[in-house]
Amino acid sequence: MRYLPLTHADRKDMLSVIGAKTIDDLFVDVPGAAVLDGPIHGLPLHASELAVERHMTALAKKNLAAGDAPFFLGAGAYKHHVPASVDHLIQRGEFLTAYTPYQPEIAQGTLQMMFEFQSQVARLLGCDVANASMYDGSTACWEAIVMARRVTRRGKAILSGGLHPHYVSVANTMAKYTGDVLDTRLPVLGATPDTDDLIGLIDADTSCVVVQYPDILGRIADLSALADACHAKKALLIAVVTEPVALGAIKSPGEMGADIVVGEGQSIGVGLQFGGPYVGLFACSEKLVRQMPGRLCGETVDAEGKRGFVLTLSTREQHIRREKATSNICTSSVLCALAWSIHMTLLGEAGLRQLATKNHIGAIGASNVLSQVPGVELVTPVFFNEFTLKLSKEARPVVRQLADKGILAGVSLGRLYPGVESLENGLVVAVTETTTEEDVATLASALREALA
Amino acid sequence: MSTINQSGWRPTTPEKGDSDTSTFTGNRALMLEEPLIFEIGSTETTGVDFDFEPGMGAYEDRLGGLARTAPIGLPGLSEPETVRHYTRLSRQNYAIDLGLFPLGSCTMKHNPRLNERMARLPGFADLHPLTPVDSCQGALEVIDQLAHWLITLTGMHAVAMSPKAGAHGELCGVLAIRAALDARGEGHRKILLVPISAHGTNPATAAFANFTVEDIPATDDGRVDLAALKARLGPDIAGVMITNPNTCGLFERDMREISDAVHAAGGYVYCDGANFNAIVGRVRPGDLGIDAMHINLHKTFSTPHGGGGPGSGPVVLSQALAPYAPLPFVEKTAGGFRLVEEETADEHHAGTFGRMVAFHGQMGMFTRALTYILSHGADGLRQVAEDSVLNANYILRSMEDLLDAPFAKSGPCMHEAIFSDKGLPEGFSTIDVAKGLIDEGYHPMTVYFPLVVHGAMLVEPTETESKATLDQFIGAFRSVAARAKNGDPTVKTAPHFAPRRRLDETLAARKPVLAYKEPAVAEAAE
Amino acid sequence: MSRYYTEDHEWVEVDGDIGTVGISDYAQGQLGDIVFVETPDEGKEVAKGDEAAVVESVKAASDVYSPVSGTVIEGNPALADTPELVNEDAEGEGWFFKLTLSDTSELEGLMNESAYADFVSKL
Repeated sequence: MRYLPLTHADRKDMLSVIGAKTIDDLFVDVPGAAVLDGPIHGLPLHASELAVERHMTALAKKNLAAGDAPFFLGAGAYKHHVPASVDHLIQRGEFLTAYTPYQPEIAQGTLQMMFEFQSQVARLLGCDVANASMYDGSTACWEAIVMARRVTRRGKAILSGGLHPHYVSVANTMAKYTGDVLDTRLPVLGATPDTDDLIGLIDADTSCVVVQYPDILGRIADLSALADACHAKKALLIAVVTEPVALGAIKSPGEMGADIVVGEGQSIGVGLQFGGPYVGLFACSEKLVRQMPGRLCGETVDAEGKRGFVLTLSTREQHIRREKATSNICTSSVLCALAWSIHMTLLGEAGLRQLATKNHIGAIGASNVLSQVPGVELVTPVFFNEFTLKLSKEARPVVRQLADKGILAGVSLGRLYPGVESLENGLVVAVTETTTEEDVATLASALREALA
Repeated sequence: MSTINQSGWRPTTPEKGDSDTSTFTGNRALMLEEPLIFEIGSTETTGVDFDFEPGMGAYEDRLGGLARTAPIGLPGLSEPETVRHYTRLSRQNYAIDLGLFPLGSCTMKHNPRLNERMARLPGFADLHPLTPVDSCQGALEVIDQLAHWLITLTGMHAVAMSPKAGAHGELCGVLAIRAALDARGEGHRKILLVPISAHGTNPATAAFANFTVEDIPATDDGRVDLAALKARLGPDIAGVMITNPNTCGLFERDMREISDAVHAAGGYVYCDGANFNAIVGRVRPGDLGIDAMHINLHKTFSTPHGGGGPGSGPVVLSQALAPYAPLPFVEKTAGGFRLVEEETADEHHAGTFGRMVAFHGQMGMFTRALTYILSHGADGLRQVAEDSVLNANYILRSMEDLLDAPFAKSGPCMHEAIFSDKGLPEGFSTIDVAKGLIDEGYHPMTVYFPLVVHGAMLVEPTETESKATLDQFIGAFRSVAARAKNGDPTVKTAPHFAPRRRLDETLAARKPVLAYKEPAVAEAAE
Repeated sequence: MSRYYTEDHEWVEVDGDIGTVGISDYAQGQLGDIVFVETPDEGKEVAKGDEAAVVESVKAASDVYSPVSGTVIEGNPALADTPELVNEDAEGEGWFFKLTLSDTSELEGLMNESAYADFVSKL
């Protein structure tokens, strides 16, 4: 019981101060029928650090880690190199074991970091303001749709076919119960995203159009015309970014007129972790800020006039507004936001641009090599670090076959869109600074063999 | 107007205190001031090196004319500057590692470092969520093992693992209730009853899922008013959201009767499991007729709060709600573990209400929580509940002669003790006691919550505090409370020794500054 | 010109069929520093008792009910930048909105100034 400091003698002394005979006296309000008289049966008893470590290590070894294989998976989660100092700093107890900064005088560390994070995110996404983070990209995306409903007082959202299918799935789940109408579509295995095709769908009931940039197949397109079309009909444009490193190389959605920009921040500072915890990014224009969900940190002064930071505009939130809050979210993903912010500070603008360039050049090289394999066709000529290949046969079994050989070949569209025949030969391949030329060569020869 | 400021919290512009001796740097020995990265960094500086590769210079991009041309304005720092910046910032934070963190309802227990080590094993930390299932069997097994513990500890039927935090878990629970009602053809049941003492997330969640919220009053002893609840049940009620142990730190004695009455009226019982730490290993919520309950892994199961997230909120479900659990989930088969996602959800999962989040939930928290659970085992977890309740009662009985404890007569408390501002002189309030505790080296308790107690102070010591630590805290708490009761003006201007004096929250809200803006270059003087 | 109060601490000052609505000085004192006021849009139809505005302090938010039915003429534009007017002059410069009364008989159930003062003294 290494985490329990009370001794047997302490417990006895304390019971007598309380005026109780046994610990059971403190549980008198629990109905007798529900009281267990000893440790729950069928579960193991306490264990040493060593024993637990053995158990967990054995489980970890049953997984094929990204770093142990030629690795090309993306589709909303990306492997990038995270500098050693990031993990060192987020493990400082003052960050790791702190609480939500409701007492600002003794939480300036977290608050200042949040303010810096908000400022970095707003600049990267091209917006006025950003919040202190959401759970992840998919939940941030739904929150943006709900926010657009509040702002426009309309209930129909148009979702691009290029939006990550899990994000669409989350929105569909929620819309089923909230009465929001979602106009959704599947992606088409082709060179350009459906950005401009969405323009004709916007009408007087449209609250927002949601597009992903780069999209699920890795494609990018200018959002300016779509933004103008939304605004002409008094609808909002929501842009979703699942690979923020891209914004070191390409224009930000905010620059092109997006009203709300949300995203998954995982690729900067946060590891893959089998899908979570990640960090949702959420930014918008200043005039919409009172409709924004989530925590916000703002600048102020203390009693001596010194600059300091506090959580602010809290009346939007559940602990003040209860059923009238903008969202039920009560937490953010602060420690992941800290990792994001530290990594971004280490990179700086110059480093981010270099990183993005490296990703892009690597992806160009890989797309050239892979599209020369017989039975492989590059369907997305414009991309950042992720592109889609069309194989001469169904991609999902090929991916499984290669995984058995220790090669993580990419994400098959069959996994993301089960049962959609027009997409089943699609393979989404991500290339980052961690991908080597040897990795690409290995994948090319394995594909050559699998498609022969 | 609707209720005016129920909690009684009225922050105003802080009173000016005496200024301390100033230094050239603004630092005070180990209390170091730190500028913003925007003030010390530059967009040209980077703390990351990249290997040079031929072709980095001139190449033809494939960005379709979307290459970024405008500057972004992201400052960079070298590695030593970065490490120092964040280390200095960290030292302006209070943390569990520094001392008792008596926040009610938050269960700020010690965060074991073995959890951190295990979560960082490459097999977990460096694993992509879309790795083919045969190549991530160990991760699925972690999820399955943790699920088994959670189901067994709660005496429930199934568990939804994917919710990202407590409030997200609440959403999962009420959506399962909605799905179950719809499956019965009872879409007209739209009202969820929520006690007035509930966390704000409960009514906010209900509204977020398109339910209508109605309050249930509390009795004078701090529990749900059973008669009022029963009187409100009927064909329009979807269910209740109840917190047990509740936010007044009391066990809802009538829980079984509440569940039976709600079930008899055709509704479901959601339990907010924020306070599960008080009963883990001693009481199974499933034995009390609960249909759904979220478990905050960052409370009961010691995963770090991290300054406000990430959390994790798996939801245990009764047999009645299990068929509606969200995707994805893990199933054990003869051939290994299987991940049930959209494409594999067959007739056995036809009722699922759908996906709540991309991928599979907070895996990094699952590894930490499972590590903690295996460390404690069934016997250790039971001891956790006992010690947390013992510590809270020790504080309650050591303070009740000095501070008003509205439910002290209601019997023993559970994991947290509640006090009020009743008896403080005019001009003194809960916030002054809280800020006074900061000077004594403690993080304040939860203040002005729950709303059923005016000027509430909610203290949860957790089981990971020693008796010596509690005794010192009680001494400090008594000292500050006595000073407030005696009208000591220095309590009104506390804290005096923190990195910052009281902050002007009014200014922050009236003139929001939410992002850094470069100071305007001053006009040249005439 | 006469002024009426509700038990929910709103006041309405009536001039012909034009009413000016705000919250009482007592209410602003209970709220503390006011940081934001959301006033209704011009042309909005409100019924007596409807939520017509929101007033926020740092830690609390209250809905303000319309004391009478009618059509909103304007919200107080000064409150957008200077919400502190409600603290400084709740029953004057800090008014929330003006409306055209649709049924002046609704005023009969409201309190006059001294009745309201009496009501507050008992709280």
